Amino acid sequence: MSSIAHLVKSFTLWEFVKAHALTLKYFFKPKATINYPFEKNPLSPRFRGEHALRRYPNGEERCIACKLCEAVCPAQAITIEAEPRDDGSRRTTRYDIDMTKCIYCGFCQEACPVDAIVEGPNFEFATETREELLYDKAKLLANGDKWERAIAANLAADAPYR
Amino acid sequence: MTDVPQVKHHGSDMFAGYPVDTANTAGDQAVTNYTINFGPQHPAAHGVLRMVMELDGEIIERVDPHVGLLHRGTEKLIEYKTYLQALPYFDRLDYCSPLGMEHSYVLAIEKLLDLEVPERAQYLRVLFAELTRICNHMLNIGSHVMDVGAMTPNLWVFELREDCLNFFERASGARMHSAYFRPGGVHQDVPERLLYDIGEWCEKRLPKLFGDAMSLVIDNRIFKQRNVDIATVSKEDALAWGFSGPMIRGSGIAWDLRKSQPYDAYAKMDFDIPVGTRGDCYDRFMVRVQEVHQSARIILQCLREMPTGPIASLDRKVVPPKRGEMKQSMESLIHHFKLYTEGFHVPAGEVYVATESPKGEFGVYLVSDGTNKPYRCKIRPTAFSHLQAMDFMCKGHMLADTTAIIGAIDVVFGECDR
Repeated sequence: MSSIAHLVKSFTLWEFVKAHALTLKYFFKPKATINYPFEKNPLSPRFRGEHALRRYPNGEERCIACKLCEAVCPAQAITIEAEPRDDGSRRTTRYDIDMTKCIYCGFCQEACPVDAIVEGPNFEFATETREELLYDKAKLLANGDKWERAIAANLAADAPYR
Repeated sequence: MTDVPQVKHHGSDMFAGYPVDTANTAGDQAVTNYTINFGPQHPAAHGVLRMVMELDGEIIERVDPHVGLLHRGTEKLIEYKTYLQALPYFDRLDYCSPLGMEHSYVLAIEKLLDLEVPERAQYLRVLFAELTRICNHMLNIGSHVMDVGAMTPNLWVFELREDCLNFFERASGARMHSAYFRPGGVHQDVPERLLYDIGEWCEKRLPKLFGDAMSLVIDNRIFKQRNVDIATVSKEDALAWGFSGPMIRGSGIAWDLRKSQPYDAYAKMDFDIPVGTRGDCYDRFMVRVQEVHQSARIILQCLREMPTGPIASLDRKVVPPKRGEMKQSMESLIHHFKLYTEGFHVPAGEVYVATESPKGEFGVYLVSDGTNKPYRCKIRPTAFSHLQAMDFMCKGHMLADTTAIIGAIDVVFGECDR
């Protein structure tokens, strides 16, 4: 009996008919894709994207040039030079991240004791030249100013787990 | 006529005993085997696999896989990194199952340190290792069916893979290169909501969509014609060639490191090992399909039994303190600075730890000389030992079967070439 059923299924191309019915059903379902530049998937507060150097609310830069991020960076993408400022506080004179070397592991933001260097929520920083990806301190601070609200909200949302 | 070389007759025993005139007749041409390159840029070669193939018409006579095009010197690099810094390199070995690679590495360090891992961390690791297995099998199953001509299931299982990657992103901050497992536990605790979403996904979306996608191919006659009895490997051959993972289970040997030498919380997990009966490409495919369901079972069990508590060891000489603690206490700050600059020192010794990665046995052999950097780190990849059987598996098959065979091996070159 089962062999007859098998024969009938075989001759009527049953598995193809079934598959076509199923794909037709999915054809009328809502699409899984999104219209990317206009629609984006949600990101979690932990997302590790483009780097930013943050400031305190009074405008003072957070980074104290402890060089923990430089030490822990597995790709050795961070270069820091520091000397005391006129008012005696220790600050960086140079803070470079080679974004072409960076592997986005997030160790720099883990290591930072003052939450100065963070990996923000921005992932759309593709450039046309390689040189544009060699970030210096001014670029990183500008990133920090631009993304501060999002970064602060993410840090607050993730605070219980940090 | 005399200058035409003697034509070589293949299958000479076919006419054994018959009076066959093997002398050349007019117009005969000498034919030689054709040698081609399969890859390294072939889309079905799954990365940068270059295979020099000797073909007799469309029949494969000899296959010579050339590896090393993606060699990045990971093992040597690791000798110059602290134990923590070497961790992200493991994500980048088998980039289809990053957490599976990290798992072997952190277990190796913990074995050298003789470090106790809290129970919640063990459960979280098992949970995410199994999610990685699903993620990896989604890619492999999808690309395997696409290699033999089906497009739709690939797109559907990629939706599921996307869900997995979103879960990784919510836990660790990165979709692929998570760097989530750490020596002593995991990096961060996960939000309650994430666990809930994973559970719901495993109960509802995964069985539905995955079941639908698989119903398109597993009974399909074209899919069967392309896979059944292709590259049949017997139990003895599977052992002799050093197979592991779905490759050895497809041949009917229920060998699974999660059962035979359980690590982390696997001893408490209740799951079955799917095995094949014939040892062909179809069996390997079906073993992976069943493993996805078993992984979902393990994930659900993890979620049910997950205890509360710390997510990493409280040994402050290995695991850095939490940020709040670090900003309050001087001792914690010192630990934080020491761990992120010098790292931790590991007692001298050597250890080999293997885990059941989605592709098979992935081992890490660590030699420590008592400093903060590994003296040597040998990585035992899965694809390398499977690729050495390429010649044995392909011989006598058609050129078009190669894609099915490579697909069923599940080779990823980041891992094979290291």
